[in-house]
Amino acid sequence: MAENPSDRKYTKEHEWARVEGPNATVGITHFAQDSLGDIVYLNLPEVGSTVKQFAKMGEVESVKAVNDLYSPISGKVVDRNEEALSNPDIVNKEPFGKGWLIKVQLSNPSEVEKLMDAGAYGDMTASGH
Amino acid sequence: MNIEQTPSLKRTQLYHAHLKAGAKMVPFAGWEMPVSYPRGIISEVKSVRHAAGMFDVSHMGRLTVKGRNAAQFLGTVCSADVPGLAPGRSKYHVICNEQGGIIDDAVVYRLTEDECLLVVNAGNKEGVLGWTGRQARSMDAVEITDLSGDLAMIAVQGPQAVPTLDRISAGGASKIRPFRIGEVAIQGARMLAARTGYTGEDGFEIMPPSDRAGALWDLLLREGIEPSGLGARDVCRLEAGLMLHGVDMTVENNPIEAGLERFLYLDGSGYVAGQALKRIKSEGTRRIIAGFRTSGRAIPRHGQNVLKDGKPVGIVTSGTHSPTLDSDIGMGYVDRICAAPGTRLQIDVRGRLADAEVVPLPFYKSSRG
Repeated sequence: MAENPSDRKYTKEHEWARVEGPNATVGITHFAQDSLGDIVYLNLPEVGSTVKQFAKMGEVESVKAVNDLYSPISGKVVDRNEEALSNPDIVNKEPFGKGWLIKVQLSNPSEVEKLMDAGAYGDMTASGH
Repeated sequence: MNIEQTPSLKRTQLYHAHLKAGAKMVPFAGWEMPVSYPRGIISEVKSVRHAAGMFDVSHMGRLTVKGRNAAQFLGTVCSADVPGLAPGRSKYHVICNEQGGIIDDAVVYRLTEDECLLVVNAGNKEGVLGWTGRQARSMDAVEITDLSGDLAMIAVQGPQAVPTLDRISAGGASKIRPFRIGEVAIQGARMLAARTGYTGEDGFEIMPPSDRAGALWDLLLREGIEPSGLGARDVCRLEAGLMLHGVDMTVENNPIEAGLERFLYLDGSGYVAGQALKRIKSEGTRRIIAGFRTSGRAIPRHGQNVLKDGKPVGIVTSGTHSPTLDSDIGMGYVDRICAAPGTRLQIDVRGRLADAEVVPLPFYKSSRG
């Protein structure tokens, strides 16, 4: 099981956000991609749209099933990973790296406090959720 | 994404082999089964289509029916002409109630003149045992035995399945022709081997004694057969246009609407569903199972509505992304008027209307036929 990097924060729905200045990069965790299995489609919000913390922002569909994606933070979408959209298997291979999903300009940076750190998230997944 | 283990689930003879192979285990029909192995569903499907994969199908029910009247009795509960089945041959069929509702789909193998093997779905075994047991009371000299705990079952499927099994059975496997059953000797043990499956590929379902299952699995691994889980099995069977009971059909469906008319033999003596099925066949059904391909990166899923020009005309029963065809496929019940190949339909994929076109089943046919 890959380590959850400590440079970012996590949701209980298995997304992560890494804050860099005014923006945050958002993705799903190794645990999430492993549970989903082979990802075939991603449905991500358009650049310029807004996302809201813990609200649905898109979908990730594997061979087995479709799951909703929830945004870990609120803000305006400033970039999205076109490579992941056309080759979603990079989300399986590098969920914490090249398989990132979107970049968000934070509208309320204090929201990050509501997210888990790597240790708490690791404890949660180890207990089977 | 809940991966909690439920302790009351049953485990097959190969449970520890799955854990050792790194399988992701899930509950399925009361069993704890591998849904996929670390290489993933798409890799497993590709192995089955281009090399060979193996599936632990020990969770399925293996029942023997023995006695002077065994075949005659099965002719009264199965939609196949079991008395007309020569020893060594098999037949896919459905088991229906008196109203023609599908209790299960199954494969019957005639082992000898007075012994048959019936392989049924894991979740339906108790139902089939109950139903056949009730029917058997009116017939002498029929003994139904559940062998599911005594024998394991490993399905080895794909173009390399028969050559590989030949290597480890001193050429015994290929002596058994498609859809036949016989015995092979592997690692010094004789075991039943049926040249049948659920993937649309050539291959075998091997039934070693339970205490030999682990050794056979390990041998097949060493021979390069890729362990494959329920996820890949579901993709393969759907690509091959094969129905899954409990998903594509239930006791509420009859085999006419389920597109299984070619598996019905209705002239047998005493067939309990014969009258009902003849009536349904002559009256016709409003809906029938159809296959479709969707476009626009939309995978049809069980329970979604099928529309034509905005009007509901059916419901999706199964759907997936087909790695073999690189397209999104599904099947479901649609009004007969909408079931002809080429008909353009829409599927309500979570609020988005995806274009779909009816295509003939199966979606995929092995070149080895």
